[in-house]
Amino acid sequence: MNLILVVVLLLTAATGTAVVRTRDPLDQAIVASFHGLVLGIVFTVYQAPDVALSQIAVGAVALPLMIVLALTKIRGQGR
Amino acid sequence: MSLRTQRLVYLIAAVVLAAALLWGMSGLPEVGDYQGPYGDVLNAVAVTERHAVNVVAAVTFDYRGVDTLVEEYILFAAVLGVAVLLRAQRDEEERSLDDDVEGRRIRDTSTAVRVIGLALVGLHVVLGLYIVAHGHLSPGGGFQGGVVLATGLLMVYLAGRYVTLRRVSPQALTDAAEAAGAGGYVAVGLLGLAVGGAFLLNVLPLGTPGKLLSAGTIPLINLLVGLEVAGGFVLLLSEFLEQTLIIRGGPDDES
Repeated sequence: MNLILVVVLLLTAATGTAVVRTRDPLDQAIVASFHGLVLGIVFTVYQAPDVALSQIAVGAVALPLMIVLALTKIRGQGR
Repeated sequence: MSLRTQRLVYLIAAVVLAAALLWGMSGLPEVGDYQGPYGDVLNAVAVTERHAVNVVAAVTFDYRGVDTLVEEYILFAAVLGVAVLLRAQRDEEERSLDDDVEGRRIRDTSTAVRVIGLALVGLHVVLGLYIVAHGHLSPGGGFQGGVVLATGLLMVYLAGRYVTLRRVSPQALTDAAEAAGAGGYVAVGLLGLAVGGAFLLNVLPLGTPGKLLSAGTIPLINLLVGLEVAGGFVLLLSEFLEQTLIIRGGPDDES
């Protein structure tokens, strides 16, 4: 395994842990977005650019967006 | 169960899981070591058979086109489900579409967000169209490009207001785009059935490999999937935004 693989895998472990350690759901959505981006880099490094693009589109953009929008709705109701 | 016992159970479970993971991963082949025959076969035949330089696209939109068709309908059904769940309920009423209506307590978007959003609209649209159109040539395709296109419309919302998003992407047009994308895929499949005798058979002229107009039905399907995905995501986005911005009332809302 070369150095870049080791670095991105460690980065994935770090951001994954960060997602779990973040307690506020809104912050968590942002951290999860970053984690999704890092996973996209992992797929790129493993020479799967098609999957990387999907991962970035869904994991880094669509999923956090849905979480943020859902949170906005829930918080709007709680007030 | 006391905290001590809980910790003990967790520690045992964690150690067993870690050992199992390490044991399993130690037997994995080296990175880049490919065993299976299918990838090699496809790499050898895909460009000559389908004139698609991106072999991944040849697999997803041609050889295994039916899988992708079902995948598209999974997204279609998911968007439909969200639209049904988030529809205006009987005890809710719709507010004015105007964000400035009395009683809105949303903070003003900062100028920085508006300017960056405005600058990114064009970039997103161009990049999205590029990714959709070049699916058979380079990594990407309808799914990825469609999401990028929808993100462009999200930027419209960030730069302006919800009404601006509605104006550039009217509900009826978004619905029609999504439906046309989903139905068009099946239509291309039926075209193959009618002309060539098999569903989703690549019956269009294949052209020169590497050219924008090549690979037969693959770019056409990419375009339709891009339309469906972009429409679907914009629909998702506007359903959620409508919930938070427009619809008020209901048992839990005291505003």
